[in-house]
Amino acid sequence: MKILNKLGISRRSMPLIATFVVFIALYVYGGVSYRNFFSSRVFFNLLTDNAVLGITAVGMTFVIISGGIDLSVGAVISTTAMAVAVMTQAGVPNAIVIPVALLYGTVLGLLMGFIIEYFKAPPFIVTLAGMFFSRGFGYVLSLSSVPIVYEFYAKASAFGIKIGNGRFTVPGIALIAVIIIATFLSRRTKFGRNIYAIGGSEQSAVFMGLPVFRTKILVYTLSGFCASLAGFIYTFYTLSGYGLAGIGLEMDAIASAVIGGTLMTGGYGTIFGTLIGTLIQGLIKTIISFNGQFSVYWIRLFTGGMLLLFILLQKAFVAGTAGMKKADG
Amino acid sequence: MGLAEGKSIPKIVWPLMALAAILLFNLILTDNFFRITIRDGHLFGSLIDILRRCSPTMIMAVAMTYVIATGGIDISVGSVLAISGSIASLVVWGGSTDYLAGDDTAIYAAVGLIIVIPLLASIALGAFNGLMVSVVGLQPFIATLILMTAGRGIAQLLTGGKVLNFSHAGFEFVGRGYLFGIPFPFILALGVLLLGLAITKLTPMGLYIQAVGGNKSASFFSGINTKLVILFVYIFSGFAAGLAGLVMTADITGADAGFMGLYMELDAILAVVIGGTPMEGGKYNLKGTVVGVLIIQTLTTTILTRGVPPEYTTIVKAIVVLVVLIIQSKKVRELIEHRNLLKAVKASEAV
Repeated sequence: MKILNKLGISRRSMPLIATFVVFIALYVYGGVSYRNFFSSRVFFNLLTDNAVLGITAVGMTFVIISGGIDLSVGAVISTTAMAVAVMTQAGVPNAIVIPVALLYGTVLGLLMGFIIEYFKAPPFIVTLAGMFFSRGFGYVLSLSSVPIVYEFYAKASAFGIKIGNGRFTVPGIALIAVIIIATFLSRRTKFGRNIYAIGGSEQSAVFMGLPVFRTKILVYTLSGFCASLAGFIYTFYTLSGYGLAGIGLEMDAIASAVIGGTLMTGGYGTIFGTLIGTLIQGLIKTIISFNGQFSVYWIRLFTGGMLLLFILLQKAFVAGTAGMKKADG
Repeated sequence: MGLAEGKSIPKIVWPLMALAAILLFNLILTDNFFRITIRDGHLFGSLIDILRRCSPTMIMAVAMTYVIATGGIDISVGSVLAISGSIASLVVWGGSTDYLAGDDTAIYAAVGLIIVIPLLASIALGAFNGLMVSVVGLQPFIATLILMTAGRGIAQLLTGGKVLNFSHAGFEFVGRGYLFGIPFPFILALGVLLLGLAITKLTPMGLYIQAVGGNKSASFFSGINTKLVILFVYIFSGFAAGLAGLVMTADITGADAGFMGLYMELDAILAVVIGGTPMEGGKYNLKGTVVGVLIIQTLTTTILTRGVPPEYTTIVKAIVVLVVLIIQSKKVRELIEHRNLLKAVKASEAV
C-alpha cells in the first residue's frame, strides 16, 4: 500500500483502476483469440452499440452518487422512441419532434424528483411508479411497432465518420460528448460537488447550507433527460418505436455504474468508470458473438459474474477506508 | 405530543381504505363483481379470481416483508422464480429436452420430485444471497442484483431458451387445482403466511428481525446472531420465490425462462411498501403486505373486467401507487397530526 501512496493512487480509486485493467485484459483477450478483433471497426461498433446504455448509465450514475436510484429509465427510452415514431407518422415537423422527445423524460424526471423530495417518498417506489406510467403511456401511443417515416432518421442512422475500417457514428459521437460534458459537470461545477456532498451525508449537506432540495430534484431531471436522449438515439438503430424496447435496461445501467466503481450508498463514483462499466458489458457481448460457440444466454451469466468480481474487489479495497468515508466523502 | 400521538391513526388504515375504495367502486359500477357462484364444486367469481391470481405475488411479498424488515431488499426473486419454473419443467420431462425433437418416450417424473428439486435449488439460491449479504457484507441491492442478472441467464441456459410445455395432471394441481372449493395457489399463499407467522411469533425470530432492521450493530452487541437472522430471511425469500415459480409453471403448464416473473420482484416490493412497511427496515406490517397484494391485484382485475384497454393498466397502477404512497408519506402525516393537534388545542381552549 505504501508503494501505491507514493504513486499518488488512493485505495479508493483502486476499484476503478481494477475495472480499467479488466477492460484492457478482456480487450487483449479478444484481440489475441479472434482475428480482426483489434480492428477500428470492432472498437467503433463497441461505442455505437452501447451508446444507449452508456448515456442512460451516465444519468443513473448521478442519481446513485446522490444516494438515490432511478428505475424508470428503460421505460422512458422506449416511450421517447415511440413518441418520435408517432409524431413523425402524424407529420409533426422534426424541429418540434426532437425537443418534445427530449422534454418527455426531462419533465417526468423533474416530477419524480419533486415527489421524492417534497413528500420524502422512497426513490425506489416513486421511480417504479414512473416506470409503470411511462410503459403505459408508450402503449397508449401505440400497441404495435411504429415505423419512423422521416428521412432525417435514416440519414442520421447511415451517417458515420470513416476511421480505418470503422465508422464513428452519431450514437458513438453522442456517447463521447455526453461523457465529456458529464465529467465536466461532476468535477468542475458546484452542482456536481453538491451531488457528491449530498450522497456522502445528506444531513451534513443540509447543515452546510447546500441547496439539497433543488440539487436532488435536478439529479432526477438530469437522469430523465439522459434517458430521453438515449431514447432519441435509440431510434437511429431501429427506425421505429416499440413498447417493449428497453426492458431490463435500468438494471444494466445500474450494473454499468457499479462495475465502474460507483458506490450504491452514494457519495462516490466517476463518470469515466461508468463508461468503462458499460464498455465491459459491451465487450462481453462482442466476445460471445465472435466466439460463436456460446449461446447468447451466457451474456447475462458473464455480466453477473463480472458484477460479483467487481463488487468483491470494491469490498476488499473500500473496507480498509470505510472509517474514512465520512471524513473525506 | 401526547395529544397528537393519541390521535394518530394505525398505519394499516390507509392501505385498507385504498382497497375499500376500489371495492366500493366495483360494488357500484361493475355488475356481478361480488357474485360468487359454485361451478363444478369450485367457488367462481371475480373475487375468487383475484385470490387465485394474486397468489404468486403474495407468496413472494410475505417473504419480502421479512427481508425489507431487516433493512434489506431482494430483487433476485423474479429470476429465482424463472429458475425454479425452468427446473420444474425439465424435471417433468425427466431432465431432458429431447421431446422437443419429437421424442415422446421421455418419462414423466413423480409430483414429489417436480416440487422438491426446484424448491431445493431456490433455497440454495436464497442461501447464496444471504451469505453475500451477511458474511461477505455486500449491500442487499447489489448482492441480489448479481443473481437477478445471472439468474435469468441460468434459467435460459437450463431450458436452452425454449418454452418447455408439458401436461402433467398431478403437478398442474399446484397451479390450477381447487381444495375445498378454494383455489389451491391461494391455500399455498396462506400456508406461506402461516409459516412466516409461526416462525416469527412462536420463536424470537420476529423480534430479532425487527432488531436487526432497527439497529444492526446494537442487536449484534446485545447477543443476537445477526448473520444467521439475515441468512434466514434471504433463504425464506428464495424458498418463496421458488414456490411462486412452481405455481406459475403449473398454471401455464410451461416455463418461459426469458419472461417468466419479469418485474415480479418489483410488484412484491411494491406490495410491501404500499402495506406500510418502511424500506429502511425495522418495524414491519405483514397484514399490510397482504392488503398491498390485494390492492394491486384487485386494481388489475378491475381494469380488465371493466373493459378498459389493457394499455391503461400500468398508468392507473402508477397513479394509485403514488396516491397511496403520498397519503402515507411523512409530509402528509405531519399535516394531519398538525391539524389534529390544532383541533385538540381549540377544544381545550373552549373548555
